[in-house]
Amino acid sequence: MKILARLIPHPLLTALLTVVWLLLVNRWSLNSLLFGFFLGLVIPVVTAPFWPDRPTLRGPLKIAEYLAIALWDICVANVIVARLILFKRAQDLEPHFIAIPLDLRHPEAITALAATITLTPGTVSADLSADGHYLLVHCLHAPDPDSVVEEIKDRYERRLKEIFE
Amino acid sequence: MESLAEILISAGLVIGGIFGLVGSFGLIKLRDPMSRLHAPTKATTLGVGGTLIASMIHAPLFEGHLSFHELLITLFLFLTAPVTAFFIAKVHLHRNERPETLPTPGEDRLWATHDADRDGNRD
Repeated sequence: MKILARLIPHPLLTALLTVVWLLLVNRWSLNSLLFGFFLGLVIPVVTAPFWPDRPTLRGPLKIAEYLAIALWDICVANVIVARLILFKRAQDLEPHFIAIPLDLRHPEAITALAATITLTPGTVSADLSADGHYLLVHCLHAPDPDSVVEEIKDRYERRLKEIFE
Repeated sequence: MESLAEILISAGLVIGGIFGLVGSFGLIKLRDPMSRLHAPTKATTLGVGGTLIASMIHAPLFEGHLSFHELLITLFLFLTAPVTAFFIAKVHLHRNERPETLPTPGEDRLWATHDADRDGNRD
């Protein structure tokens, strides 16, 4: 077991690299599976110094749920933003910067949250506060900034907290 | 069956095209740099997505093999889009915003961008 842990320090990354390699080749063959797995063995070992305090991910079901919600929100967001762009006069939009207090502490978790916010409707994450306790988010149209904070905290941050901590 | 696939493919292409167009239109219409940032990062994710779905349906039915490159494109797009948006936002914060024009980040007092400015890291 110990040897296995030494050989594959990061099983998730190994699996991901193998799958990405297979997708890149775009044709199923034993050759590419073996080469992909070889890459999956070497790359995590070589890059190990770059992830010193790697958080452990918990609950594959929760991750799947999070991804599904994020994907759905991205589609809805696209339609909402398209409607704002097409049918609202530019001077009627109320763009705002808002500060979101963060409960997350892992850099990886905060990165995931910031990326999700950028990909979903009408919000772009812009900056982190000096000590990482707040996230600066720009909203395209937010008549009620507090409800946006509430929604992001409840919809994404709570789920990420369960996954990462 | 074939015509159904063709309808699906066309729908994917048209949806992709519309969202790409709306995203570009947003660039012209919106007024400040931060608002303009919303148009391409949002509207083009579905724009590219629609085209990719059409491509994924097209490959097995008309070219006779499965294609998964589209999934990879989606993955890389989702990984890189937030990073570029973040860079542009950061440049905007450096050049056009002062700490007083932003909401205060509680006990941290400053946002990271302005904290770096204060330490004399400005180029």
